[in-house]
Amino acid sequence: MIWNDEFETLPREALESLQAKRLQQVAERVYATVPFYRQQFDKAGIKPEKIRTLDDLQRLPFTLKQDMRDNYPYGLFAKPLDQIVRIHASSGTTGKPTVVGYTRRDIENWTEMMARSFVAAGAHRGDVIHNAYGYGLFTGGLGAHYGAEKIGASVIPMSGGNTKKQLMIMQDFGSTVLTCTPSYSLYLAEAAAEEGIDIRQLKVRVGILGAEPWSEKMRNEIEAKVGIKAIDIYGLSEILGPGVGIECIEAQSGLHIWEDHFIPEIINPDSGDIMPEGEQGELVITTITKEGIPMIRYRTRDITRIIAEPCICGRTHRRLERMCGRSDDMLIIRGVNVFPSQIESVLMDIEGVEPHYQLIVEREGTMDTLEVQVEVNEKTFSDEIKVLQDLSRRIEKEIKDLLGINCRIRLVEPKTIARSEGKAQRVIDNRPK
Amino acid sequence: MKVQQISIFIENKSGRLAEVARVLGEKNVNIRALSLADTSDFGILRLLVDNTDVALETLKSGGFTVNKTEVVAVEVPDKPGGLCNILQVLDEASINVEYMYAFVERNAGNAVIIFRFDDIDNAITTLQEKNVSILTGEKLYSL
Repeated sequence: MIWNDEFETLPREALESLQAKRLQQVAERVYATVPFYRQQFDKAGIKPEKIRTLDDLQRLPFTLKQDMRDNYPYGLFAKPLDQIVRIHASSGTTGKPTVVGYTRRDIENWTEMMARSFVAAGAHRGDVIHNAYGYGLFTGGLGAHYGAEKIGASVIPMSGGNTKKQLMIMQDFGSTVLTCTPSYSLYLAEAAAEEGIDIRQLKVRVGILGAEPWSEKMRNEIEAKVGIKAIDIYGLSEILGPGVGIECIEAQSGLHIWEDHFIPEIINPDSGDIMPEGEQGELVITTITKEGIPMIRYRTRDITRIIAEPCICGRTHRRLERMCGRSDDMLIIRGVNVFPSQIESVLMDIEGVEPHYQLIVEREGTMDTLEVQVEVNEKTFSDEIKVLQDLSRRIEKEIKDLLGINCRIRLVEPKTIARSEGKAQRVIDNRPK
Repeated sequence: MKVQQISIFIENKSGRLAEVARVLGEKNVNIRALSLADTSDFGILRLLVDNTDVALETLKSGGFTVNKTEVVAVEVPDKPGGLCNILQVLDEASINVEYMYAFVERNAGNAVIIFRFDDIDNAITTLQEKNVSILTGEKLYSL
């Protein structure tokens, strides 16, 4: 099913000319209203009226997360506060959070994109949407909420936490669609088992999972353990919140990015050059309809590629390959780039190994060391030491084969790796900064 | 002829062993024999207890990774050469021992050796043919 037939299946040519028109408008708008962009454009020697075509976009400078911090809290807003109806902020684990503001029109557009996303994932009127994304400054809860209401589903505003209650409500209210982080969906399955509930027997049939990077293997694990179709949704508060892109349930392969609202580009993260079509690099997004805080060539730090081939679902909006991680999640260990998701896929490939893991990075002298903590469960446990040591060695070898780095596997007791009700913390980096 | 043994995965950190002993004690489970195999990161605690089912249930709900394995308990006279005779029997029949541990019976003056074999049925047949005394579960749990 498609929510907005007209726009979601707009022929490429029409879509691209709409993008170009909106790009011109946004370039003029930010130059006129945001001092930061005016300076950036002037520094690069570009007048906004020179931005006519999609190719001209490359001439504009990038916007970084640091620019948002430097302009904290409202410096990048393109509208006065009397036109801003909502403010969200990122968690800001280091220093100040990044702040975003939405006009009434922005909220309508966001709601539209979330409605498209829900429908792409197979949700519809009559569904009971169990929304376990956090409500609050985080965009996840409210973003999903508005879209769920828009399609006419019954939304349960659960927010995060209180897992036992989540399970009770899921069971008693007959939730059919679950929205949360991928790691939390597994935690729900685990907690259900402890309560003697087989979560696979409940009515939930689709999970719309996002806000953290996850692998294809993790998807298989979630589909088997939670008994749902697991759909990947993409978003970031700097650009919108959830609903920037989503997999369609027909293909479950790549996330359609709503190109009537965004222009995606893929760049080489080191040089900033545009990558050849179809190649992997850092995703850069320009928002072309946003009023509150438009973003020009925002560097998302997410690593992906654009899939230009038409999709079987009929949508003309191109797809982003599943994110293999955010470049700031990327670890550099002894000079090798490592994404936690790569280690995750090694673990998921080994029969019986738990999807809960944590990476501990230390520095001993001048050497970086990587320890991978893996929980032992009844399937992998043996009362013979050598069987467990073989398991450790096998994981070490497969990580070495894939990434070329040595690591140390530490088998830990079940449920000792902290479960998260929001984004899972996969990496603990103890190296001196 | 087989005896039920419980094995528990224990991380090398303080208090874990005490926690096992505590939860079993609370449920009135008595430990008859134990052995701890350890590596630098983790250990495997193997227990023979008087009530295997209760112990399993208790440990599982206490969050431990536990499994149940079958071992053989052999009784030998507690005197020099007692162990050697048994090992010779096994060696002659080319039976591989995964691991073993032993304790001494309080009253009878015998030693009890617990064996984990990879081919337990073959091992039992061989020991029986050589008239080695094998303890049943009931006998062992009540020692």
